[in-house]
Amino acid sequence: MVEIKKVTKIFGEGTVNENKAIGNTDLKVESGDFITIIGSNGAGKTTLFNLISGNIFPSNGKVLINGRDVTKVPEYKRAKNVGRIFQNTNLGTAGQMTIEDNMIIALTKGFKGLKRSLNNKKREFFKEHLKNLDMGLEDRLKDNVGLLSGGQRQAMTLLMMVLSKPDLILLDEHTAALDPKNAQIILDLTVKYIDEYNLTTMMITHNMKHAIKYGNRLLMMDKGEIILDVGGEEKKNLTVDILIEKFHNIRNKDLENDEILLS
Amino acid sequence: MIEGILVEGLVYGLMVLGVFITFRVLDFPDLTVDGSFPLGAAIMAVMLVNNINPFIALIVVFAAGVSAGAVTAIIHNKLKVPNLLAGILTMTMLYSINIRILNNRANIPLLKTETMISKAVDMTEGFLPESIAILLLFVIIVAVFKTLLDLFFHTDLGLTLGAMGDNEQMVITQGVNPEIMKIIGLGLSNGLVALSGAFAAQYLGFADVNMGIGIVITGLASVMIGEFLFHSSKISMLTLRVLLGAIIFKGIMYIGRFYGYYINMTPNDLKLITGILIIISLVISKSKKRVN
Repeated sequence: MVEIKKVTKIFGEGTVNENKAIGNTDLKVESGDFITIIGSNGAGKTTLFNLISGNIFPSNGKVLINGRDVTKVPEYKRAKNVGRIFQNTNLGTAGQMTIEDNMIIALTKGFKGLKRSLNNKKREFFKEHLKNLDMGLEDRLKDNVGLLSGGQRQAMTLLMMVLSKPDLILLDEHTAALDPKNAQIILDLTVKYIDEYNLTTMMITHNMKHAIKYGNRLLMMDKGEIILDVGGEEKKNLTVDILIEKFHNIRNKDLENDEILLS
Repeated sequence: MIEGILVEGLVYGLMVLGVFITFRVLDFPDLTVDGSFPLGAAIMAVMLVNNINPFIALIVVFAAGVSAGAVTAIIHNKLKVPNLLAGILTMTMLYSINIRILNNRANIPLLKTETMISKAVDMTEGFLPESIAILLLFVIIVAVFKTLLDLFFHTDLGLTLGAMGDNEQMVITQGVNPEIMKIIGLGLSNGLVALSGAFAAQYLGFADVNMGIGIVITGLASVMIGEFLFHSSKISMLTLRVLLGAIIFKGIMYIGRFYGYYINMTPNDLKLITGILIIISLVISKSKKRVN
């Protein structure tokens, strides 16, 4: 599905601010995987996503999607296969446009022509899907998205992404900006869609319990490296304590970032 | 007098629609306008003087405006030049190009040349006064372009263009090349601006290489005045608002021109007034936001 071969990303190469965000990393994501990713701030999680989505290009190494070398393919072209949701709930939708306009843009990927795709049949189709979100959005097709709450916007972003049928979805702490109740709603919805559409998923989370509970594989990152890759039975038997101990054994130090312990 | 203000507002309204597309829809402050406006005027003047069909001339004018906008977009896209600088570059280059188009002169008079306006006046002679005929002509022209623009913004492409200024990341996520969208947006905008210049040349009776100086600011002022009129998120209302803003702006300028001498104002002060108008608009909209 996705393969990263010996990828290194160095920001500001040759300057005093040189920063190796990802170092010589290999990763193979199998079709159908649901991978959770944890790691403290600056561990390289988002950089990893940026490299897969094509937002940035690696300094060294190769990125393959479905066996095709996409190392230098721009983000908008990869977007046909890769869906992405950000922590910032405003990034997935256009706030000054209506719900139906947003959805019609998301329905097909790639260049849009001078067609007028939005018609009553499409509206019915959108209503049907919005109804499943159970947020009352089906009656607000002509409302501007900017009027919705963060949770509603993120739910719409999820729906829009699913409707465009990506092969791989990248979730970058997509519930972190929401209150606990909405975060849970969005997370449940995410899991439901992943099952329903059999989506290959990579999800960054700050919540160790979520990382353990969801998915079939767990990656832990630190200082630009994947230091732990657990799958199968071992993943099922993980606990927070085991994770902390593993980190200690690998890095020979304690987890410095309380944030991922507290949540 | 009122007809004059309306006609001027409509003629410049096409330019303001262009400014609206870049500044508001695309969120790309494009200064190419100062060059593409006289570009349209110059091409129209030269073609009219050479007896070329004005409708063919309009097509050439539009195409030239689109190219000017595309050049700015490509400079911005490919060389990663900031949008303001990219526009200034094209605008500066257009100054020389415009003088070349005008046959190495700074202006071409059109007073004795047959224009679309003089034709319309001739056709309606006898049953419509001249000022009404001209007003009617421009109401029709601007209504056609406004309708076409409204239709365009309802297409999939138009909607995506609308999302560009709002959220470029979302457009990328939907698999659309943002660079192409910027070329289309700036091209469309400058095409309209060039058309506006072509009509302005016919209305004023000359094309002058300096007629574009500061025009982007008058366009922006008109857009901002329009935004005080009413709130809407429907594109047809937004474009209407732009045109009304252009007419009101021309009204204010008219008052400045004709009654300004009471306070010792000259036409040279109008650019100062325009700038102050924008600053006042900014202050008002800012304090409004604070209240909300």
